[in-house]
Amino acid sequence: MYNINVPMFSDNLEGVIDLKNHKFMWLISIMLVLSVFLAACGDKKDDAGTTEPVKDKEEDKGTTEEPAKEVAQVLNLIETAEIPSIDSSISEDAVSFIVLNNVMEGLYRLDQDSLPVPAMADGEPEISEDGLTYTFKIRDAEWSNGTPVTAHDFVYAWQRAVDPATGSPYGPYLMAGMVKNATEIGEGKAEIADLGITAKDDKTLVVQLERPVSYFLSLMSFGTFLPLNEEFVTAQGDKYASNAEAMIYNGPFSLSDWDGTGNWKYLKNDKYWDADTVKLDEIVVDVVLETATGVKLYEQGKKDRVVLSAEYAMQFAEDPDVVNELEMSVFYFKMNQMRDGKATPLANADIRKAIAKGYNKEELADAVLANGSIAANYLVPQEFTFDEDGKDFRDYSSEFSAYNVEEAQALWTKGLEALGTDKVTLEILGGDTENAKKQQEWFKSELERNLPGLTISLKEVPFAVRLELDDTSDYDIQSAGWGADFQDPISFMELFVTGSPQNKMNYSNPAYDKLIESTKTTYAKDPIKRFEVFAEAEKILLEDDAAIAPNYQRGRMALMNPAVKGLVTHPFGGDYSYKWTYME
Amino acid sequence: MAKYITKRVIYMFLSLFLIASFTFVLMKLLPGSPLASASKLSVEQREVVYEKYGLNDPIPVQYVRYMGNLAKGDFGVSFQYKNADVTTLIVKKLKYSAILGAQALIFGTLIGIILGMIAALKQNTVWDYGSTIIAILGISIPSFVFAVLLQYVFAVWLEVLPVGLWEGWKSSILPSIALAMGPIAIAARFIRTEMIEVLSSDYILLAKAKGANWFEIAFKHAFRNALIPLITVLGPVAAGLLTGSLVVEQIFAIPGIGQQFVKSISSNDFAVIMGTTMFFSVFLIVIILIVDILYGVIDPRIRLSGGSK
Repeated sequence: MYNINVPMFSDNLEGVIDLKNHKFMWLISIMLVLSVFLAACGDKKDDAGTTEPVKDKEEDKGTTEEPAKEVAQVLNLIETAEIPSIDSSISEDAVSFIVLNNVMEGLYRLDQDSLPVPAMADGEPEISEDGLTYTFKIRDAEWSNGTPVTAHDFVYAWQRAVDPATGSPYGPYLMAGMVKNATEIGEGKAEIADLGITAKDDKTLVVQLERPVSYFLSLMSFGTFLPLNEEFVTAQGDKYASNAEAMIYNGPFSLSDWDGTGNWKYLKNDKYWDADTVKLDEIVVDVVLETATGVKLYEQGKKDRVVLSAEYAMQFAEDPDVVNELEMSVFYFKMNQMRDGKATPLANADIRKAIAKGYNKEELADAVLANGSIAANYLVPQEFTFDEDGKDFRDYSSEFSAYNVEEAQALWTKGLEALGTDKVTLEILGGDTENAKKQQEWFKSELERNLPGLTISLKEVPFAVRLELDDTSDYDIQSAGWGADFQDPISFMELFVTGSPQNKMNYSNPAYDKLIESTKTTYAKDPIKRFEVFAEAEKILLEDDAAIAPNYQRGRMALMNPAVKGLVTHPFGGDYSYKWTYME
Repeated sequence: MAKYITKRVIYMFLSLFLIASFTFVLMKLLPGSPLASASKLSVEQREVVYEKYGLNDPIPVQYVRYMGNLAKGDFGVSFQYKNADVTTLIVKKLKYSAILGAQALIFGTLIGIILGMIAALKQNTVWDYGSTIIAILGISIPSFVFAVLLQYVFAVWLEVLPVGLWEGWKSSILPSIALAMGPIAIAARFIRTEMIEVLSSDYILLAKAKGANWFEIAFKHAFRNALIPLITVLGPVAAGLLTGSLVVEQIFAIPGIGQQFVKSISSNDFAVIMGTTMFFSVFLIVIILIVDILYGVIDPRIRLSGGSK
């Protein structure tokens, strides 16, 4: 019995095994083949293999020219983060501002050249002689629910943003010292209704400023200043902007398929006043965190654009689909002069200057970052602000603390003598992302090699922790960065005046403070002179004092489907506009 | 049985209370502020916001209030997703993770059992070695490596399944398989070892002597006994899936809970941290309870109600 049963037993199972086994053997062989493939061929061959077929298809499309073939006006995009909040009073992050820029419209909008043009404002405003009163006419336009957009919507939105109870990160920050009474409201010395914005009637909006602000109109495209319909917002209460239906829109698109988290879509907003310009019917946005996955989706034609991380940027550098975009973010070292009540070695100007000149920024940008970033010997970014003739602010200023080992070493020796030592240990505080760590390692080796006697210790922490250490000035050197909030050099230059919440490195130079102040008062209405003063201040900050050491201006490298036309990128506020985008 | 379950449920609430308290303490020790751009807010404004979320009260007061709300099932609102209700947030995202987790667990265990049985019944043959190799690969290669591999083979190369994103059930296949590799390996190893042991025991010999056919021997006698240790490890395996799904979800761009959890910690989103921790805890505790109940079902010798007279 036993002997008979057992073979039977196996015979019966063998059928099953054979079937299963084929699959498993197949799987194993695939794994083995793949591991060899991946290890030996390297990445480049891979890409050639996978990208080419896609390209061929595209070229075919271009050359065959089927008669009057309608291309679906659908754009497929990737975001690397979800939407935290598109309540315009509360928004504070890049993704939210991109969405707001495309579903809402302020008094002004940035055009294809990123210049502010009247949007909800019907033509240029009337500006009083003293530059303090702006009178806007509001265009005939409707919200997506059919109610008209009026001057009251702006008054409500601004008051809501400045109200301390709203907890708006940008409202009081942007309005204080600019819009009349905003500072007083923040201090509880004035009523919210006293804010310098009034609706004369449904179509006339009057804004009163504390001081003339040359960049005021470009600021009007910023998320915080977008209109909000009081009736709708109060009716929604806490639920306002918590999902696509709990919002109304006055911009080129309306949001759809968004339940508060995850992916979303934009649909063309037929109620938009300039709907004729908008060509896209739909934009599908999926949140994809892995660049690898994003690239695969792009290569399969499922997505029309993917922003590349450093390792992919290097790999695709020669790809014809690559687009390079310069961001308006500058990264620099903050050098703390006083830690725990004691002067740090960085209180010595020669030591600071030596460090600022002591590493090769070109190498950092090209070899370490390799994502389209460029070396920066400045604080105010390139291609960011322009005078009336379109001349870049950088042409007014020059380059400071460029890499120079001989000078750095001479300054270093001088500094060490003044300190009466031959060995200095400094801590670099930085982020804990892969990319940040790679940079910090590079800084350490580069500085230690170029400046004898210097030992660098690295402290790599999450963002929130870095902010806390920054707040208490608990670091020697901090690798930090800043992105523009609005199109004016002051967005960067103001960071390092005495007592600024961004200073926190115990730097103070009354001459610098005075120059920055004068751009708001004496020269507020003289754009050319203002730029010259900023240039002078930049020289003090970077060259005379070497208070900070600029590292690089961040770049962005993306793969973009050549059929996508008119996708506009902006230097600040919402990074992209899809209003003029179409598929060819 | 009812008495046993009641007792277990009481213990469950006790564990949850301890977990919640412990998480609360850890959260309060986290450095940094939950406000993303705290540096842009003036001191007065920060006060207003802290007041609004009750972060100004003494920690014990916050603790009592928090636990009170928790008891009512209210996790509070998220800082990261402004004013979003945490329960809704988690439930929405949990759906995807739950589908992946459940599929991986079921698929993984079934395949693992089959492999293990084959290996045991065909001990020291090529089938045995084959399944052992798979088991070793499954246990030693992390799920995200499989994820990338599967993605490359089936989505990029063969183009039969989606690279990523959630486009319905099809999108769940690859991530589920990637996640299932762990359970496959564990189940296969356990079943093989146990089956071999059970098959050589006296009662199997008895069953054979009795004239039971191979099917009865393999399934009724051997398999059922071999299942006990496997069920014991299913709890930890399920827990492993939760952590594994975090990376796998990211690779396949699945809008699940894993990424959310990590992000909530780095941005000090207290309510989401607590909410997710509690959801995970409840899930694990329930799994462990189910496992304990299953013991009784599979092996009547294990008496859950205890207390012999």
